[in-house]
Amino acid sequence: MSHAQILKALDLDFMGKRHLAAAASGVVLLLCLASMVFRGFDFGLDFTGGTVIELGYEEPVEIADVSGTLADNGFPEAIVQYFGSRTDILIRLPPVAAGEATSAQQSDRVVRLLSQAATGGVELRRVEFVGPQVGEELREQGGLAVLFALIGILIYVAFRFEWRFALGAVAALMHDVVFTVGMFSIFGLEFDLTVLAAVLAVIGYSLNDTIVIFDRIRENFRKMRKGSVLEICNRSVNQTLSRTIITSGTTLLVLMALYFLGGEAIAGFSLALIIGVVIGTYSTIYIATAMAVWLGVSKADLLPAPVVKEGVVVDDRP
Amino acid sequence: MNRYPLWKNLLILAAVLLGLLYALPNLFPQDPSIEVTGTRDTPVNATSAAEIAAAMENAGVPVKEIEPIEGNRLLLRFKRPSEQLRGREVLEQTLADRYNSALTTSPDLPGWLEALGAQPMFLGLDLRGGIHVLIDVDMDAAVDQALERYTGDIRTELRKQKVRYLTITRDAGRIAVRFKDAAARDEARKIIRREFRDLMVTEGDEGSDFFVYAALPPPIQEQVKDFALEQNITTLRNRVNALGVAEPIIQRQGDRRIVVQLPGAQDPARLKELLGATATLEYRLVDTEHDVQDALDGRVPVGAALYRERDGRPILLNRRVIVTGDQITDASAGFDQQSGSPAVFVSLDGQGARRMRNVTTENVGKPMAVVFIESRTVTRMVGGEPVKDRVRTEEVISVANILEPFGRRFQTTGLDSSEEAHNLALLLRAGALAAPIEIVEERTIGPSLGQDNIDQGFRSVLIGLALVVLFMAAYYRIFGLVADLVLVVNLLLIVAVLSALQATLTMPGIAGIVLTVGMAVDANVLIFERIREEIRNGSSPQASIHSGYDKALSTIVDANVTTLIAAIVLFSFGTGPIKGFAVTLFIGILTSMFTAILGSRALINLIYGGRRVAKLAI
Repeated sequence: MSHAQILKALDLDFMGKRHLAAAASGVVLLLCLASMVFRGFDFGLDFTGGTVIELGYEEPVEIADVSGTLADNGFPEAIVQYFGSRTDILIRLPPVAAGEATSAQQSDRVVRLLSQAATGGVELRRVEFVGPQVGEELREQGGLAVLFALIGILIYVAFRFEWRFALGAVAALMHDVVFTVGMFSIFGLEFDLTVLAAVLAVIGYSLNDTIVIFDRIRENFRKMRKGSVLEICNRSVNQTLSRTIITSGTTLLVLMALYFLGGEAIAGFSLALIIGVVIGTYSTIYIATAMAVWLGVSKADLLPAPVVKEGVVVDDRP
Repeated sequence: MNRYPLWKNLLILAAVLLGLLYALPNLFPQDPSIEVTGTRDTPVNATSAAEIAAAMENAGVPVKEIEPIEGNRLLLRFKRPSEQLRGREVLEQTLADRYNSALTTSPDLPGWLEALGAQPMFLGLDLRGGIHVLIDVDMDAAVDQALERYTGDIRTELRKQKVRYLTITRDAGRIAVRFKDAAARDEARKIIRREFRDLMVTEGDEGSDFFVYAALPPPIQEQVKDFALEQNITTLRNRVNALGVAEPIIQRQGDRRIVVQLPGAQDPARLKELLGATATLEYRLVDTEHDVQDALDGRVPVGAALYRERDGRPILLNRRVIVTGDQITDASAGFDQQSGSPAVFVSLDGQGARRMRNVTTENVGKPMAVVFIESRTVTRMVGGEPVKDRVRTEEVISVANILEPFGRRFQTTGLDSSEEAHNLALLLRAGALAAPIEIVEERTIGPSLGQDNIDQGFRSVLIGLALVVLFMAAYYRIFGLVADLVLVVNLLLIVAVLSALQATLTMPGIAGIVLTVGMAVDANVLIFERIREEIRNGSSPQASIHSGYDKALSTIVDANVTTLIAAIVLFSFGTGPIKGFAVTLFIGILTSMFTAILGSRALINLIYGGRRVAKLAI
């Protein structure tokens, strides 16, 4: 097949560009971190607490009318916006101020008010209410989840490979997490629980990629008698390149389907994964591998393991 | 070479057939059905089915089948939705006092499939619509209430034993009893130690006063909290059953939370009102010996308490309660026959009835009051910290002279509306909450949004699958088609495992399936790239297949284990929808390893194995 030939012909000097890549990554990560510190996040309801109500109207409705009705009836801080179409609106209420109604009952009052004010029918499509203490817990748990995932992976990779590889892998993962999360901060995209889940999936995915290349480096260290560490790493990246591109490609294909067809509910989730898959592919080469090289992996580190038998005996009879 | 032994092929075939079997229930149509649960006093039993069948036959409603289902419930199947609705009317008109009914649907599976335990996938609330609430139980209040009960009991006990005390108060998590002299104090301490073994008893002197302190030791506090949580779950279950919702889920979460999930429920306002309500009744004698005005000026007489009626008028009631809501075994709403005003008819348990009879016999001609008590907890943010406020309202809803001794059953009037009477009756029937609760999270999904989510999810799975299938076939030709086939089998197995485990499928769960589709081909890509490499290195086709699979194996396992770690972490930290994502990701990784390694190898072996091959279509 012709693609195979093209990919085979490639023998790109990935490792040669590693200083340039490190510099670029460094600048972007600094930007991400700066944005996370100074701009913060547009946290979703899950983390801030509050109420979100989605209503479906029979006829198109004006935002101004809806927020007017709400402001007149004790909800001046309600944020009203269209959700997908002019008949669908989304109302956000901040975590409750004191008052006789409990926060869980806020949504009932809003729905009753708007149903009475509307000319046509109004259908309740969704209510989500998260109490302030629950929001705090979810935030805490989310941070812990990322931390534990990283630790678990660090242990597994250190156990299966070698500590330099493990550090390289985790550096790449942190790079991916900071980058993906940073993009959500820089572009002011809503960061909710599903995005957090996507970030964790990105960790799994990016690692998947890293392991494949590490596996190949380990194999080549044992097999290739000649060549410097850098050359072998380069070789390995090139050998696995077509696989890297194809797997990223098929994953991106389905993620695109999810992003465009999956509806608003998981748009943020799909977007985080799309960003993560792209950046995860890059980081495998330029962060994980380069870091392992920089930390000084050598053939000797991986040699004590049993030597792979060359030339497997194959029975080729009919 | 490159041939699997027969048993391996059969094993793979068996796994696929088993998958097919358990995925099958998802294709069957759903019967319109009614789920029947007993009310508190009449659990569903053997005669219930016959009784309901008779009622349906009388009304001329054809029932397809009545079958008992788990959780002490009956399922009534109908052929048409119209018959289902008429069936419910019949139940509500003739048997409403004995059974609660809820509309639902149930898959019409053939008996042999049911016998295998095969069921369709369990859809999460975001897909089928419904209400999810997370309830926080106020544990401090539970402990306070326990202390309050002990305070009353100690007071009664000391009186009975004729030990004189000055005051008995509850503060800072302990009970303090004050005495005039050390002798009385020592006597009281002995009694309290003997009668209330659960309590931690200490003593102390302050100035000229002598004190005995009693507190709940931590293990007992834990017991009290645990009991409060379990009791609340029972009460909430009773309340939810009365609402008529099929397949409700009421579960403990952690050490102070309760999850309530009602698939298909539509009215969150009513649900929340009912769940959080703590309305109950107390019957007390009116204190006619003292003056209300004195009490208003701050001189509340000993043994009395100041209350207000609904119109705001003050009234003095005896501190001792005759009967509380806990002793009410049954309640129903109706109207007072003379005045026509809304009323609640209550029945008391044995102890309550005895006490009520004694007190009313002694006090014929004197007024008795009914106190309506409602409490709720509200969380406010004060300076960034959540603060819980407890709001308790106690109103006297009716005062009437005792005309004759009360029996076990009697009526209470003074309610604002028949709706209030109805709700109060329901709450009294379901039992009181052992501790106040607060709703800290709510997620309601309307039915149309649920259906939209299913449609969108289904569409993205199909389109994603189609794109990957086309790409793989174009890029790897015969091998690509093999990868495609095992990918479809992989989807089938995911559905089968989800159905068999009855794991909840959520929207993020569908996203997990889509993601798995994209990543599942990775194993095959790794293998196929290896095979191509081997061919380029000059190996024979058979040898290339063999070493391609061999060499890719450890890489595939390593790569998948790390994703499994991420899935496990997600599962243990995630809630609701996130858990759904973790579950499908986890299952998807396992099934994809099986299909992509063993399944694809078996197919490749069937196609190329055991013969001379000049060139591979890869």
